[in-house]
Amino acid sequence: MGEGKYIIIAGAGKVGWNLARELLEKGNEVTVIEDNRNRFATVEQELEHNIQYGDASELWVLERAGISRADMVIAVTGDDEDNMLICQVAKEKYLVDRIIARVNNPRNRSHFELLGIKPYVSATDLILRLLEHEVPEYGLVHLLDLPEERLEIIEMLLADDSRVAGQKVGELSMPEGSLLISILREGQGGFVPTPDTVLEAGDEVLAVLDPGLEEELKTFFGSDGASAG
Amino acid sequence: MLREGHEVSCLDEDPEAHARLEVNLDRSWEDTGGQFTVGTGLEEEALTAAGIERADAFIASTDGDNTNIVIAQIAKRKFNVPTVIARILDPLRAEWYEKQGVNTICPTRVAIEMLEKEVLEAAGSSTGTR
Repeated sequence: MGEGKYIIIAGAGKVGWNLARELLEKGNEVTVIEDNRNRFATVEQELEHNIQYGDASELWVLERAGISRADMVIAVTGDDEDNMLICQVAKEKYLVDRIIARVNNPRNRSHFELLGIKPYVSATDLILRLLEHEVPEYGLVHLLDLPEERLEIIEMLLADDSRVAGQKVGELSMPEGSLLISILREGQGGFVPTPDTVLEAGDEVLAVLDPGLEEELKTFFGSDGASAG
Repeated sequence: MLREGHEVSCLDEDPEAHARLEVNLDRSWEDTGGQFTVGTGLEEEALTAAGIERADAFIASTDGDNTNIVIAQIAKRKFNVPTVIARILDPLRAEWYEKQGVNTICPTRVAIEMLEKEVLEAAGSSTGTR
């Protein structure tokens, strides 16, 4: 990004704060807007005059932050409605050239599109994409929790004595409420298994499941010596 | 509106809200002709289940301004509901969205006007008695 832009960031959470820091270091002018008093006080100690207290979805707050001269507005609060509307008024009322919105709940993506909010960034989508490459090492790892959707995605390494090693995927009786979605295998990368795929020790399996089934699944994919699930 | 012979469908994320609908009703909300769906206005499945596709009017009156503004626009742009009204407490935003073609009711503005009228009338009568 070129230097000397004026950027307004709505939300001083981890994303907003770090973004502000980076953008300031690169020589931009930044104002962060945060509506939580405690959070504001914490971040103000570092950002000083570069953060203002207020609700960024209120027009007077945006105006106080100088939105009419802003080159870019980035809405990264934890609330999707707020992010949508902050960007909508920035674009349509204050004619800000560039906007970026954060999507917290991937189900709201279509609403961002409906209101013409582009581009948007969804952490869930990013993680899903990363999943294809990054694989943690041992045990059951939570890759993604979607409490609203009541879904989790976990990853597990099949140990040498795993009870399912040598079994066909089609013959597995997975616990109800869980589904094997992918296998990552040394030398083969990740693939979606067919019913005829035979599981091997050392495979890393990805499963989607209802919350609360982790233990059951651990037992299911676990050592042969463990108690039957 | 139900009493006046319209068909009314309520959508609320709190299942308990149903009980509130039945206060002062002789029969159940459903028997009176009402419909109740649990869900939020941001879930399209919930809106569809509540019957938005055949609605003549849609009112967004949750306790959040931003939620109301968003779902009013969904009702209008996505489901083409002929009449859409959003409750917006913040007078500044109400004014701007009104100009953008979102029908709004701003209870804050209404209350201010009423209070102002009361104050002026009371002040007028007290100066009269002095």
